[in-house]
Parts: sequence; structure tokens; C-alpha cells
Amino acid sequence: MYTYDTYDQKMVDERVDQYRDQTERFLAGKIPADEFQQLRLRNGLYVQRLAPMLRIAVPYGMLTSTQLRKVAHITRHFDKGYAHFTTRQNIQLNWPLLEEVPDILAELATVQMHAIQTSGSCVRNVTTDQYAGSAQDEIEDSRPWAELLRQWSTFHPEFNWLPRKFKIAVTGAREDRAAIQVHDIGIRIIDQGGEIGFQILVGGGLGRTPVIGSVIKEFLPKKHLLSYVEAVLRVYNRYGRRDNKYKARIKILVRAMTPEVFAEKTEIEWASLKDGPSTLTDDDIASAKACFSQPNHETLSDEEPSDSLIAGNKAYQAWLTHNVQPHRVPGYAIVNFAIKSTGVAPGDVTDVQLERIADFAEKYSFSELRVTHEQNITLADVRQKDLFQLWQGLVTAQLASPNLGLLTDMICCPGGDFCSLANAKSIPVAEAIQRRFDDLDYLHDLGEFHINISGCMNACGHHHVGNIGILGVDKKGAEFYQVSVGGSADSSTAIAQILGPSFARQDVPDVIETIVNLFVDERSEEEAFLDTFRRIGIQKFKDAVYPSNG
Amino acid sequence: MARIIKNDEIIESNLTVASGDDIDIAQDNQLLPLTVYLANREALAGSNNYGVWLDSDEEVELLEGKIDCNVIGLNFPAFNDGRAYSSADILRRKLSYKGEIRAIGDVRRDQLEQMIRCGFDAFELAPGQDLEESLASLQGFSENYQVTTDKPEPLFKRR
Repeated sequence: MYTYDTYDQKMVDERVDQYRDQTERFLAGKIPADEFQQLRLRNGLYVQRLAPMLRIAVPYGMLTSTQLRKVAHITRHFDKGYAHFTTRQNIQLNWPLLEEVPDILAELATVQMHAIQTSGSCVRNVTTDQYAGSAQDEIEDSRPWAELLRQWSTFHPEFNWLPRKFKIAVTGAREDRAAIQVHDIGIRIIDQGGEIGFQILVGGGLGRTPVIGSVIKEFLPKKHLLSYVEAVLRVYNRYGRRDNKYKARIKILVRAMTPEVFAEKTEIEWASLKDGPSTLTDDDIASAKACFSQPNHETLSDEEPSDSLIAGNKAYQAWLTHNVQPHRVPGYAIVNFAIKSTGVAPGDVTDVQLERIADFAEKYSFSELRVTHEQNITLADVRQKDLFQLWQGLVTAQLASPNLGLLTDMICCPGGDFCSLANAKSIPVAEAIQRRFDDLDYLHDLGEFHINISGCMNACGHHHVGNIGILGVDKKGAEFYQVSVGGSADSSTAIAQILGPSFARQDVPDVIETIVNLFVDERSEEEAFLDTFRRIGIQKFKDAVYPSNG
Repeated sequence: MARIIKNDEIIESNLTVASGDDIDIAQDNQLLPLTVYLANREALAGSNNYGVWLDSDEEVELLEGKIDCNVIGLNFPAFNDGRAYSSADILRRKLSYKGEIRAIGDVRRDQLEQMIRCGFDAFELAPGQDLEESLASLQGFSENYQVTTDKPEPLFKRR
């Protein structure tokens, strides 16, 4: 886990002072509203439908128990006693007061946290694989690279006023758990004949115009990471569209230029930056890696869960199957828990749950935890012999729902209940679907299944890459939902295809059930939904959902 | 005359920003638009009482090897148009320009420290900005992570 030194701490402290001064000048009428909007956004503060919303940065999703307890304290004293985990591996508070935000930031700074660049047209939180450092299929730990990029992007003076927001993701594993193909820059650590380097993708993204990123550099030697990313940002800052915010993301620029020309432009900018002072020496890389040294794993061997624990304990068995992943180190496991219980907005956790999670991390996983882009929590270093005890604790805390990766483990944005951008509510849709599919045995039979819900085109719920994507749309003032099928956010990323005309909210669970029933009829053996979809095509789904058109 | 911030203080500058179609290049003390400047370099030779300014969509590379003056203005058509930051950095680090880079247009107090780090050293602020109070915002963070005009080495090499 990265720990601040005096330099990092000083910058965060100075940012609190700077933002406090900006807030006071705004409240004194000395900064116009349109300008203060841009200043506060660069510090994570939105003004939402009902109240401001503060987005707290969790760099590459990693937190300590101490930090989580501080967040719990803040939700109790400054908010309504709960927080929301986002699809950007960040944490949001839904009810802070604008006047109190500087105090919240000062509290966060005491535990090495902040809200820097969590919104606004600048480089956002760098995200990565929630299993980084622990995964069995890892080529190299992605976190040192994500941290180097975090530092490079924090208060970068040239890139604080980009055409639009800019998101970077890094993966170091063979399976892409960071969805790098739908990021402005996607970085894949690769091994080319024994030399580790990066494959660089640009121009992926969701939103109004979903696009899969294009490879513009097949192999970048690792010493050049920062100068090359700087060149990409410079091309975007100079040539990205600024006349229309819906056409301002880098994906539009890459498409307009073509990826080949974009790559050439980047090479030209890079020529003057390459081999400059940002070049990473072996010592620099070693220092970055030393910040993510492995926890003190004990020497253990892998063990099978004892039959006596599993026998007659179907819930524990299901949890082991769906929520526990193999670990690089013998005798250890990766544990996930879905914070998605029926009746609660996906990603929402109470202050008490936050403290319980902090306790679990402290007791079972070296006081560290990760937030995932599926809005779940990962404990990345749990001894296998502790699994049953941990599971019992999670059951008591109502965090043991064994639905990870299943249909009810949905990704869902805050939607019209909170967000002023939304066209429609998303949380009640998620809840209605969870209520419809409440038979856990059936869910397990269905297997891996991703439903993603966004309340508007901005696609915070990643609906384009859900196996089923649901998008809230506005039809003459009424909320409707467009359903698409066949998306995927894993290594074989695919954009979902729209089924047809949109539906009223109360019809959505029926539509999902129709899609699921067709899948059950058509699947062969244990086939996953996505494989069935790819085999049979979209027409059958259209015929099932819109029978009168058939 | 314009009041500007330069070298941490407020001074009077006799340079004014010339724009439009009927610019008289014989007149002294003007910042000339890029196209006018490039078309009249010979006629301007010998004169020192002028500068050139670029809008945010004009490429500073067009000035490569053609800089005869010591004031270059970079325009901010809107405070959230960030292109001039790249222009300034390219002027300093790629074209090795050592003269004044003046921020003109919609220049606001809370962005001054970012401009300084990219190589701006003079500021003609937007109407309504308080110059005296803005002096307090020239000093940004005491440390920075990146390589910029004012910091030739990244923090990771200085730790």
C-alpha cells in the first residue's frame, strides 16, 4: 500500500487550504458561479438534484482500515450516515454541505485522502485490477505504474483544462479486470520475449458514443511511460473538440483523425519529450515498486475446505464458489463481497457497515481492502484457514450475499434519485429486478451474468458493456428504459446491441425475465449468457421481447 | 496602456492587443495577430516596439525560427480553454523561447499558478479580476510532481 511522504502530505494539506480560500471567496461573492463550478468540480464537489455530492478519491481502489473508519466518521458527522461506492473505485457522499466541504477535506487529509481531480475536465483517478499484487494470472503488479501515473497527473498544470474528463486504466493480468478497452487511455502490461512493457490503447469509452479503444503503440518500453502518456494528453489537449461537449472526449478525436494519424501525431509530440527528465530509470521503477511490497504472508500450503464445514452448509459453499478467488501465494485467497442487497441502492454502505468492513480487513487481510469497479469490496490477502470465520462475520454484517458475478450483482449509477444529469431513476429498477430474481439457486444456475444500469447517456452505470444494459431515457417528460443485450467488459470487450423501443419502468423486470427465459431455453449445458448470445444472435431476443413484430 | 502582473508585481504595460482587419503595423506598441506578424516580418525588422499574439487554436510551432520579438501573447478565449498551456510549454521547452509569455483574454486569478508552471510570466487579467488580490494566488503548491518549465526534474528524482 502506498504511504504518503512529507511531499505528498504537504500537497494535500495545501490543497485543503487553497480550496477553503476558494470556497470563502465564492461565498463572499468574489468568484462567479460558473467559475466556482469548475474550481469545485476539480475538487470533487458536484451540485446535485437534492444536495451537493462529494466524490472522494480512492487511488486505484486501495484503502486501509484507518481510512475507511475515517470515512465512516465523516458520513456520521457531515452526512446522513452512509456512503456510496462508485464504478470508478471512488467513494461518494450524497449529502455534504458546500460550506463544510473544506472541513471534510481537512479530515480526509489526516488519513492521506482527498477529492483532487475526481471530477471536472482533467485527468481522473487512475484505476486498475482489484486483484493487483494477489492475482494468479498476473504478469506484473499494476499498482506501481498506477501510482506513478497518479503522481504525474496530480495538479499537472498543462492538463487541468482539457476538452473533457480523461480516464486512464492499467491492467497487469492476463484477464482484464480493469476494463481498459473502454478508457481514454488503456494500458496493458505485456511480456515481449522476456521484456516487460506496455501496450497502449486510446479512445475507448462509454457515454453517448460507446467505442472500444484502438491500439496506438504495440510495445512501449517501460521507462517511457510518463513521456508517452504526456504526448497523448498533449495531442488531445491541443486538438480535441471544445465546441460541443458531447463530441469532446478523446474517442471522437481518435475516430475523426483515425487511430493511425492520432498515433503519428503522438509520435511527433513524443519526439520532444522522449528521453527527457521524466524517463524512468531502473532505480525510479524499483522505488515505485518498493512502495507496494507484499504483506508478510505466512508460509502456508493450499488447503481444501473441510467437508464438515461445507456439508449441509449450502450458503457457505455458494459463497466459496462465487466470492472467493485463488491467490498467487499458497494458503491464501482473495475474498469479494458484493455490497448489493435487495432494497439497498447498489454500492451504498452505512457507517456501521463501513466500520465492520474496516474490522474485517484489519483482522483478515493486513488492514487493506480494495474497492472494485463493480462496486464491490475485495480483501486481497485472506488466509484460507480463516475463510469460514470471515464468512460467518460477513453473514452477521449482512455482507455475505453470495451473488458476486451473478444477475443480481448489478452495476448501477445513482440515477434520478440523486443525480441532476439523469433522465430517469436507476436504483428502483435495480431493486425491482433483484426482487424478481430472488431465488439464489436459480441465480447460480444462470451463472455469470452482468446487468448494468445507467440513468442517462453519460453511462456511469456502464450499460454498454453489460450482458444486459439498461439505459434510462426521457420520453416527453416520462421515464423510459432502453434495453440492450450482449455487452461485455472483460478481455473480449463488446458493446451491447439495442433490442428495440424502450419500456416503461414497471415492464423492465418482465423484459429481463423474458430475456433470461430465452437464454435458459437456448443455452447448452453450462453455457454462460454471453456465449449463448454470441452463438444465437440478437434476432431471437428481439422476437421474444417484441413478439408482435415477429 | 494596460495594467498587468509581471515579476510578482503590478505594472503598466504599453503593449495593447491588436485585432481585426485594419491593423496598422507602422503603429508602435502592439501585440500583432500571428498571421499579421508572419506576413510582415520584413517590414517590422529593426523595430522593437511590438509583439505577437496567438489564439488558442493557432499552433506555436508556426513561430519556430521566426521569433524576432520578445513578447508573445497567448489568448484564452474562455477561462476553461486549456490549449494555451500546451502552447506556452512548447514555446519554452521545445522552441527554447526565453522572452515574455503574456496570458491575455479570459485570464482568472485561480489559474495563475498553473500558467506560471507552464511558462507564462506576465498576465493581463480579465475585466473584473482584482489585480492586488490576485497577487496572493501567484504562489501555488510548494512542491509539484511533474517536470515543467520551472521544475526541470520530476519529484520522483528529487525525493
